[in-house]
Parts: sequence; C-alpha cells; structure tokens
Amino acid sequence: MNTFQYHVTDHLKLAKETFLSKENARFLSGGMTLLPSMKHGLIQPDHLIDVSKIPDLQVLSETPEHLTIGAAMRHDQVANHPTIQSAIPGLSYLASQIGDPQVRARGTIGGSIANNDPSADYPAGALALKATMVTDRREIAAEDFFTGFYSTALDEGEILSQIKFVKPIKSTYAKFKQAASGYALAGVFVAVYPQQEIRVAVTGVGAGVFRWTQAEQAFLNPQINPRIERDDLISDLHASSAYRVNVAQVLFKRAFEQIQNN
Amino acid sequence: MQITVNGQIQELTVKDNTLLIDLIRDQLHLTGTHGGCDTTQCGCCTVLMDQVAVKSCTVLARQADGTSIQTIEGLATQDLHPVQQAFSEEHGLQCGYCTPGMIMSTVYLLQRNPNPSDEQIIEGLAGNICRCTGYVNIIKAVKSAAKKMQETNA
Repeated sequence: MNTFQYHVTDHLKLAKETFLSKENARFLSGGMTLLPSMKHGLIQPDHLIDVSKIPDLQVLSETPEHLTIGAAMRHDQVANHPTIQSAIPGLSYLASQIGDPQVRARGTIGGSIANNDPSADYPAGALALKATMVTDRREIAAEDFFTGFYSTALDEGEILSQIKFVKPIKSTYAKFKQAASGYALAGVFVAVYPQQEIRVAVTGVGAGVFRWTQAEQAFLNPQINPRIERDDLISDLHASSAYRVNVAQVLFKRAFEQIQNN
Repeated sequence: MQITVNGQIQELTVKDNTLLIDLIRDQLHLTGTHGGCDTTQCGCCTVLMDQVAVKSCTVLARQADGTSIQTIEGLATQDLHPVQQAFSEEHGLQCGYCTPGMIMSTVYLLQRNPNPSDEQIIEGLAGNICRCTGYVNIIKAVKSAAKKMQETNA
C-alpha cells in the first residue's frame, strides 16, 4: 500500500476542513472497499480522514414517519438493532445479507451508499425506501443522489452524515449472491406505502441502482409480467445481462409473494 | 498509539499505512494470526477487536488505536480453549493454515449464539475459507465446542 497520512477526528467540521486543506484526500469509514482498493493500487490517496468516530454519523432516531440512521453505523448494527428491526425489518434483513460476519462488523451504511457500487445492497434499500441523504451541507433525495456507476451527487469534500428513510407499511429484500464475493448478482428491494404506493429498486443488474417501474405496476396488476429494458445492463464473467435480468424477475416474484404472505 | 493485545497494554509507534495484521505479526511477533489472501476474503487473519471478529488485513493499525485485540495466542489459559480442543478432537483441520481464523470466528459466533444450528454455523463461518477439509469436520468441531462451553457454563 502507498504511504499516506491518517487523520482521525470526532468533529464533522474538522473532518471537512482537514479534507479541504489537503491534496488528494479521501474519507475513510469502515474501509471494506477503500482499503482493498488501495492495496490494489486503484486509489492512492495521500491523506485518509477517518470519519467513523464522529457523533453526527452515529445517530439513530425515529419519528412516526421516518427512521434516521447515522452514516457510520455498521452493517451488523443495522441488521441487529431492535429499533431498526421493528421500524423497517426489510432494511435489517438487507444488512444481514451483506458480505460475511467480519465485513458486516466493519462496513458502514454510509460508506456503502457513498461508494454506490453497482452491486451493493444498500442503494436498492435507499431508493425503494424514499431515503434522503443528509450531508454536512444539504439534503439530497435518493433519486438525485445515485447518479450512475460508482457515482453520486456528493461534491468534493461533502460528508454523508445520515440517511433518513421513510418508514413503509411493509418491505422486503430478495437477493441472489455472487458466490465468491457475496455481492448481489441481482437484488430487488420492495417497499409498500399507503395509498397503494409501491416502490421497487434493483441493484446488481444495471450500471447503477434503478427504480423498476414495470414491477411496481405489476404489484398492483399481476397480469403484467415485468421486464427490464435498459441499455446499461451489467454483463461480466460472473453472469450475462440476460441472466441477471432473469434472476431479477425471479427475485421480484419471491419478494412479491413474501409481501403478500406477511 | 495504545492497544491492548491479549490482555497486555502495548504502547507502539506505527506507520500510518501499517495494517493491523502486520502490527500483530511483525511488531508483536504473534505469528498465529495468518495472512492468506490479503483481499478480505479468506478470513485466515481474523482476530477479535473489542470482542468483534474482524479481518486484520483490512483494518489499519491506527484504526485499532485504543481497542482490545484478542488473537489465537490469547485464547488458551492453562488448557486449550474449548474451541481449540474441539477442532483438535474432531479433526476440524488438515493443513491448519486457516484454523486460527476459523477458531476466532467460531469464538465470535458462539459468544453471540451459544447453540447454533448447522445453517447458522455455515453463515457464521461464511467469512472463512478452508481449502482442505470440505468443512464437514469444522462444523462438527463448532457443535462440539458449543456443547463443551454450555456444559462449562451450566
């Protein structure tokens, strides 16, 4: 790994100032993607700023409508925290399906969302659950936040501090894991809101997470057989795009049945 | 930085790009923790950090500042730890390279779930790869360890 300076602070403002005062800096949260990328030489930052100890990134709060989770909350905490389990069990389940126990012990929800890996799980949950990304300077709706392949609306030096979810009536996540990495070969998150509002988001299939409107319609009208027609489908050594689309269709059926039966 | 390793407080100077595994092996000479893949996949380097299993090849030493680390060397007291005993008795290893990580992950699993099902054991060890055994005896060893520990606690 290249040499770099490690900075750690428990002040959001200081973290931002440090970032802006340094050349070639990166924020570090759980490090489950960043550190392996640095070992491979894909990224060679001169400064790492550890944001995982900042209190603003550790909050967990609930109102009748919303559940707000600090960006530095680790996957294991999201999977097992009673407040999250009771408010949005589908989100806890999603977190329990990430990686393996050691990865879930370190990786964070904010890190995953800010990285926006096209096969990561959380972006599907955030998009289906009408999440708002709260940063050190503004709030960004999920629709505007995920802007494509590993890219988000975050500006240089902007820190994702909290993710605010709209609590659904019901939600579930169906995932087919890539056997070696545990990433989603396809993952479908379904959230049901009042007045028959259905939101379905898909990860692992396109160059970035997307809403699957045909599946949302199919939820209310089972005559529809939802298809995915996009020009940014992933096709790689793990699976062809046709295979991924087919898996997503199967996962949607499973998620649909699970929601109907619960 | 200050770190507690197997109960001993250590005051150390580390480079910012030192990984926790390299601190453990090269600076503290605790070579029971193995480096396998160096890519967060194989789990050979698993240690407990504040009682939580982590892959020490993907944690910076500086991130472990102020924490308490337990390595395979810190498990046995006068006798082997029940998980170590069970791996030995059930032949839960062949070459033994992955075993320190398997054992640390088993300790972490059993502290959260003292009586896991086969499925829960498989899930609990999902972050550890063994290229010899086919896992059958490892699962047996985890079950045997769970039984031993419950008997001790009863």
